[in-house]
Amino acid sequence: MKAIKFLSIIALTGLVLTSCSDDDDAPEIINEEELITTMTVTLTPSTGGTAITLVTRDLDGDGPDAPFIDVSGNLTSGATYNGSIVLLNETESPAENITEEVEEESDEHQFFFTPGGGLDVTTTYSNFDTAGNNLGTEFSLVAGAVSSGTLSFTLRHEPTKPNNDLSDAGGETDIEATFDIEIQ
Amino acid sequence: MRYYALLLLLFSSISIYSQNCNNTLQGTITDQHDGTLLVGALIIVSETGQDVTTNENGEYVITNLCDAKYSLQISHPFCNTKGFEIRISQNTQRNFKLEHHLEELNEVIVKGKANSNNTSTKLVNELSETEIDRYSSSTFGDALNSINGVSSLNTGNTIVKPMINGLHSSRVVIINNDVRMQDQEWGAEHAPNLDVNMASKITVVKGSGALQYGGDAIGGVVIAETAKVAVKDSLFGKTILSGATNGRGGALTSSLTKSFDSGWYTTLQGTLKRFGDFEAPDYVLSNTGLFERDFSVRVGLNRFDFGVEGFYSLYKNEIGILAASHLGSAQDQVRAINSPVPLIINDFTYNIIPPKQDVTHHLARVKGYKRLHNIGKLSLQYDFQKNNRLEFDVRRGANRNEASIDLQLDTHTLLLDLDYKLADEFRMKSGIMGRYQNNFANPETGVRRLIPDYDKYELGIYTLGEYSLNEQWLFEAGLRFDYAYMDVFKFYRTSFWESRNYDELIPEIIVEEFNNQILTNPQPSFSNLSASAGFTYDINSKYKLFFNYALSSRAPNPSELFSEGLHHSASRIELGDLLFDSEVGHNISLSFQKKKEAFGFSISPYSNSINNFIVLEPTGISQTIRGNFQVWEYRQTNAQMLGIDVDASYDFYRNFGFYSQFALVKGYDVEKDEPLINLPAANFKNALVYQNPKINNLWLQLQSEYVFRQNEYPDNNFEVFVPETGTTELVDVSTPPNAYHLLNFNSNIDFTLNPKSTLSVGLTIANIFNTSYRNYLNRLRYYADDLGRNLLLNIKLNY
Repeated sequence: MKAIKFLSIIALTGLVLTSCSDDDDAPEIINEEELITTMTVTLTPSTGGTAITLVTRDLDGDGPDAPFIDVSGNLTSGATYNGSIVLLNETESPAENITEEVEEESDEHQFFFTPGGGLDVTTTYSNFDTAGNNLGTEFSLVAGAVSSGTLSFTLRHEPTKPNNDLSDAGGETDIEATFDIEIQ
Repeated sequence: MRYYALLLLLFSSISIYSQNCNNTLQGTITDQHDGTLLVGALIIVSETGQDVTTNENGEYVITNLCDAKYSLQISHPFCNTKGFEIRISQNTQRNFKLEHHLEELNEVIVKGKANSNNTSTKLVNELSETEIDRYSSSTFGDALNSINGVSSLNTGNTIVKPMINGLHSSRVVIINNDVRMQDQEWGAEHAPNLDVNMASKITVVKGSGALQYGGDAIGGVVIAETAKVAVKDSLFGKTILSGATNGRGGALTSSLTKSFDSGWYTTLQGTLKRFGDFEAPDYVLSNTGLFERDFSVRVGLNRFDFGVEGFYSLYKNEIGILAASHLGSAQDQVRAINSPVPLIINDFTYNIIPPKQDVTHHLARVKGYKRLHNIGKLSLQYDFQKNNRLEFDVRRGANRNEASIDLQLDTHTLLLDLDYKLADEFRMKSGIMGRYQNNFANPETGVRRLIPDYDKYELGIYTLGEYSLNEQWLFEAGLRFDYAYMDVFKFYRTSFWESRNYDELIPEIIVEEFNNQILTNPQPSFSNLSASAGFTYDINSKYKLFFNYALSSRAPNPSELFSEGLHHSASRIELGDLLFDSEVGHNISLSFQKKKEAFGFSISPYSNSINNFIVLEPTGISQTIRGNFQVWEYRQTNAQMLGIDVDASYDFYRNFGFYSQFALVKGYDVEKDEPLINLPAANFKNALVYQNPKINNLWLQLQSEYVFRQNEYPDNNFEVFVPETGTTELVDVSTPPNAYHLLNFNSNIDFTLNPKSTLSVGLTIANIFNTSYRNYLNRLRYYADDLGRNLLLNIKLNY
């Protein structure tokens, strides 16, 4: 008798358990919304002529594939270039333009341009945040003497503003890309 | 509720057997320490509701007892209430000893308890209610930390994950009111989701062997219990208010119990805890506040041959994570590690902003037991847990206030246990467990799932036997089998899928291919065997020996199987492996104990050999558009750990005592022949105690805590290019911090307000000298110092 009672309790609880099972619907895919896959820096000579593009593209985000990096050409010594930066999330279709988001939240972002390895370039910010501090999605670049080296672009989220350069900017790195550049 | 009523209905129709009820139980009650006869001690027989008090000679007599097992609850004004079980089959003489409440305050009581719920052949450690109450405003992990051999893996000072003999996370099973916690315990930065104030006793079983709770507790089992309620008409409760200077916050906790002669009882309990930013000696630890709210209710009926109980608890905790620990890339990590102070220091605030965690844990349980004539005690339990974990990251744009991680873990468990005797000296316990678990990762986060959606089914069956050969020898053995099956839907990045060669190895699990992701349906299953055998030997009235061997098997957890991506809080990419097998551990533990008189000690060496031990270790650097990240991969290897825990106490002069604890553990990756990461450094704690029952139970303690430097660690450093300096820099994530010494002061005094109410006031000063230090086992040690001085006032009212 007792055994029957206990068995019935188990059976009842079993029902409770199985009735809680979810259906087997496959989950929906998530494409990371804040992911930046691609940065394109366009350097247009102020005197006109062919623009030079620097591209870094990493379609698998923090997956194992390294970013694909491309520099379309060399800079000309003594020339001044108008630079503009476009950030895209190409995992979405159509690709989402993240530059707009960065510019909307200009107070919380800043690009830094760091030449290295003997590259002779100087950069100047061309656009600014709402408080008048540097933003840098637009800038101008002057190519100096004939030289070669690297040019790094760093986007910091929530940096200390104003600042002198990367070393006292703080914040968190959203983008960090280094290109091999030659000035002829 | 309906189920509960049904259960009650079923039980209530079972008849009670007639038997001989003319037995008498008598004896004396004495103080365990000095043997003084205790006058006016109250003995309550739970099953019958009888209560008697001891006379001026410390003697008691209870009449009209049947041939049965009884639970006795013995209390005395200066002692902690204690429960005993006794089997009566004739007129019986039995003397009991009570432990002085005062002496118990800060002492880890070390005792081997025969016929206990967990394991008889291991020396277990317990924290009493008085000790737990002192951690009222801290975490569950902080309370456990006071036990020798137990340390913690911390994320700051509010996320405290218990570590037993160097093992943690899924290897430590936490039992809360007979329910195995299912609170995403796999994560190193996930603390146990339970309120320390709910427990009136916490037991730690080091190493595997407590098979009834699971065969996978390679590190050990922590058992938190609430007090048993006496069958008696009474109303009692407790309120603790504590305030601390560090964090400028405190806790309020209260519980109230009403019980009836009929055996019915109910307890309500609640806790509110609020802290702002904590402070290191030299700066504010910005965004480290917390806001915790807990509630629990218990309703039950205790009768001679049956009982039922319903229990529900809610735990909700919002915890800030040190702002300076949130990093974008390895380059940021270099800056953070090289900076002598945290990169972000703001003014003190109670506000908690991202990065933060917000966890909610519901636990509901119904259980019933019935003593079956000539068979034993049969218990049935069903529990349901709902765990919701939200983790908020520093985000951009429209998602700024959205959680990055939103996981919901629902678990249903059914347990059936039978406790029975083959003979007076041969007891058995057997049981069966069924469990269903569902994890749901909310896609609204807009961040790829850290843990995939899955259904998990588990079945466990065990049997344990305990045989008392004579007064001296007790043998124990157990066997358990577990089966687990998972039905998982996991999106892999195509690039990762191919890099692991899964496209060749397991192409059959692909459900659908997308642009750069692949939906798969892995269905891993694990069959695990675990076993335990041991003995205890009472050498004489003073010395006792424990020996236990345990085999344990643990299925890999979802994080070990499925991790694949950036772990923001650790600033590294973590990769799991779908093809992992179960971990298999062999634990040998030995304890030699001298029971406490004036001088008592225990020495417990142990060995843990773990095959297929899952370690998470760095394997390289991954380049991303955000910069470089270190890649950590889970890997299976063979590990060997050896350690020893030593406890000693000496009451050297009148009211003065000296207490000492030492713990050491060493662990090696046998295949790579190098030390294991994140093992606790040796630590040595000593305390000088003064106590005097004549001065309102005054208790004063000066405690010294010395933590050695961890000298054995794997070298996981790596190099990264830093554009602003144009140099390559070493990222030192391996070197452990220096040894440190802390001095703490604790005190307590009791005031009797009326015969039923006691007011206890306690003052604690932690880190008296405001020493700056960092702990190897704190994940935020790279970025900030640990806590500075803290003054804590604790006011407790028992009524």
